[in-house]
Amino acid sequence: MALSGLEIYKLLPQTNCKDCDFPTCLAFAMKLAAKQVELKDCPHISDEAAEKLASASAPPIRLIKLGGVDGKVEVGNETVLYRHEKTFFHRPGLFLRVRDDEDLEALKAKVAEADAFSVDYVGIDLYLDGFAVEAASGNADSFKKTVAAVIAGSKKPLILIAPEPDLAKAGLEAAEGLRPLLYAANAENWEAMADIAKNADVPLVVHAENLDDMADLTKKLQDRGLEDLVLDPAAGGYLQSLHTFTTLRRLAVKSNFRPLGFPIISFPGAQDGADESLLTAQHIAKYGGFIVIEKFEPAVLYPLLVLRQNIYTDPQKPIQVQPGIYEINNPTDESPLMVTTNFSITYFAIANEIEGTGRPGWLLVADAEGMSVLTAWAAGKFDAERIAKDAKAFGAEDKVSHKKIILPGHVSVLSGELEEELPGWEIMVGPREAVDIGSYLKAMWQA
Amino acid sequence: MTVEIPKEKWSGQVREVTIGATAEDGGTRTQTLTIGGETTLPFLHFEGSIPHRPALAIEIRDRKPDDWSPILLETWGEAMESPAAWAKAAEEAGADLIYLVLSLTTADGEENTPENARRVVREVLDATGLPLAVAGPGQADVDNELIVPVAEEAEGERILLGICEEGNYRTIVAAALANNHLVQSKTPMDVNLSKQLVILISDMGIPLERIVMDPTTGALGYGIEYGYSVMERLRLAALQGDSMTQQPMLVDPGAEAWKVKESKVGEGVPESWGDWQNRALEWEALTASSLVQSGADLLVLRHPDTLKRVKAMIDALLATTA
Repeated sequence: MALSGLEIYKLLPQTNCKDCDFPTCLAFAMKLAAKQVELKDCPHISDEAAEKLASASAPPIRLIKLGGVDGKVEVGNETVLYRHEKTFFHRPGLFLRVRDDEDLEALKAKVAEADAFSVDYVGIDLYLDGFAVEAASGNADSFKKTVAAVIAGSKKPLILIAPEPDLAKAGLEAAEGLRPLLYAANAENWEAMADIAKNADVPLVVHAENLDDMADLTKKLQDRGLEDLVLDPAAGGYLQSLHTFTTLRRLAVKSNFRPLGFPIISFPGAQDGADESLLTAQHIAKYGGFIVIEKFEPAVLYPLLVLRQNIYTDPQKPIQVQPGIYEINNPTDESPLMVTTNFSITYFAIANEIEGTGRPGWLLVADAEGMSVLTAWAAGKFDAERIAKDAKAFGAEDKVSHKKIILPGHVSVLSGELEEELPGWEIMVGPREAVDIGSYLKAMWQA
Repeated sequence: MTVEIPKEKWSGQVREVTIGATAEDGGTRTQTLTIGGETTLPFLHFEGSIPHRPALAIEIRDRKPDDWSPILLETWGEAMESPAAWAKAAEEAGADLIYLVLSLTTADGEENTPENARRVVREVLDATGLPLAVAGPGQADVDNELIVPVAEEAEGERILLGICEEGNYRTIVAAALANNHLVQSKTPMDVNLSKQLVILISDMGIPLERIVMDPTTGALGYGIEYGYSVMERLRLAALQGDSMTQQPMLVDPGAEAWKVKESKVGEGVPESWGDWQNRALEWEALTASSLVQSGADLLVLRHPDTLKRVKAMIDALLATTA
């Protein structure tokens, strides 16, 4: 929990010595609260106050970074319980589990296919984040070989699931130079695991059956010099994981409880009686950090990745659609040309409606900085000049022969100006609401 | 180390709303449906009570729709030829409520009529003992023309009448008042608009126990995050004691999910979208399950498999003894 300027002021020497180049300690405190200066700029701060300030300014959930041969995943640094309060910052990493007792050739093929998986969602490239390689055989050589095979087949980051220190060592040797996540330390093996993770400088998962034991373990690991930890609270299915993950998020964000201020790892496909995709969806919405899935299935992965994208969209910055002229139902040069803005929801509403009419059409999506029609118009981002400019830039003249363009009904006021901007074009005024596009075209467009 | 589990103290409670009336209460339903009543966020049993489970409705039409996904047509098959058969099939699929939507036109392209609407509602009421919701085709004048006679036909059954919107709610609320029904109050993904319409509707004299609030959602990938967050904000406001946000929430992930390209179209789409049937079902299930997490009390679905999956999830989330 960040401190306010006044709270920081109370911890400062309050001498107004100006050594920090600010006129008063209060002015410096305000700058510090706004993160515009650093604490070290005050040469007179006491050690005790420095420690308090440093811990207060640390994020409530530690940021954990993984790196593969090429590509990285960052999870943590979350500050809120609900996305509308600010935003969720770091999308949970989705990892596919593979085991070293699988047939090596089949495994290589699976890794290649999953690695290549990529799907375009409103211009955003969605893909799997990496692989969780499990030492299921219990044999160090076999694990090493499998980790090497996965690295050969994918540059994405890895999670190494190795319950025994010897296996962990073997896996890390094969992944030398990378930054995988090591799974997992528990009450029995934590000392050995801690030393291995520390030597390799990789983050370590802490596994415990309840939060009391978990907090004890993270404390011990921190005392041993480990800072990058991830929690596996063994949270089971829908209900238990909802309760545990919610509690962990509240402890970190609201209670500022440091011993459990780390991202969570979960295995939604390995829980009895749970539907892997629905439980994965729950973990995406409700506080999952690293999510290990068991099945690679594009028809499931695609919607899950879209969900993750949606939940982690900054509510202040709506998803935008690439401006351009979009084809709907295979239009010809006789088909109507309609205009809207590049706010994704506006675009979807209009495009879906036109598609639903079964009539072919062109949709000019103007660059209105991601605002809806009325908002953009009010903000001066969707005016005749902008529409004319985009119509020309995206080649409206080459797409249609009729030289007619249909404006959203809400901005009928623009038609005069648009006539001036687009000489020789007929400006038509369409309906105000998307739902009326069908009847409008039926009445107004004979083609 | 003993970790203290943080618990929120909520002062508010979601209103309980009961749809349907049995013979005892002047109707003919064999069961009723009560939703709402929560005193905490979804499934956080450790800090409040959740007296009623989120309910699942199946949408049926007064006739076989022209524009539904072939996957849905194949699933319901023959049953779609008659609203009564469709309602029965939905009951067998495990629906808690039948959500009947009247079409703009009849199968031969004629305008739908009050007589036809009455006939269909009577058939559905006779075919199933489940509680019923009835909505018009979504054009204000036609909605009013059809919903008034439907309200009369179903007098005393305490059905849920849709859909009251800011520009058109008076006639429907009056019909609900006159015939002892409930209303669905729908607003476009906005907390304040939601509250405002509930106020306007209750100002007409209908008790708050007869209003279900529909904050509207988008499908997965098509604006679900707006609906999701508006629902979370409405529910937080309700628990903090803001009276006009305390209506149980209805959302329609079925209609939203089945109108997007991912579920409607099987050809000419990217290979990475995967198997069409699976993808379409995932689209509806993930849309619905996410809205269960954000506080939905009643969800309208279209595919029976989605209903099964979401129901199993809700069962698990309510299994407090586990």
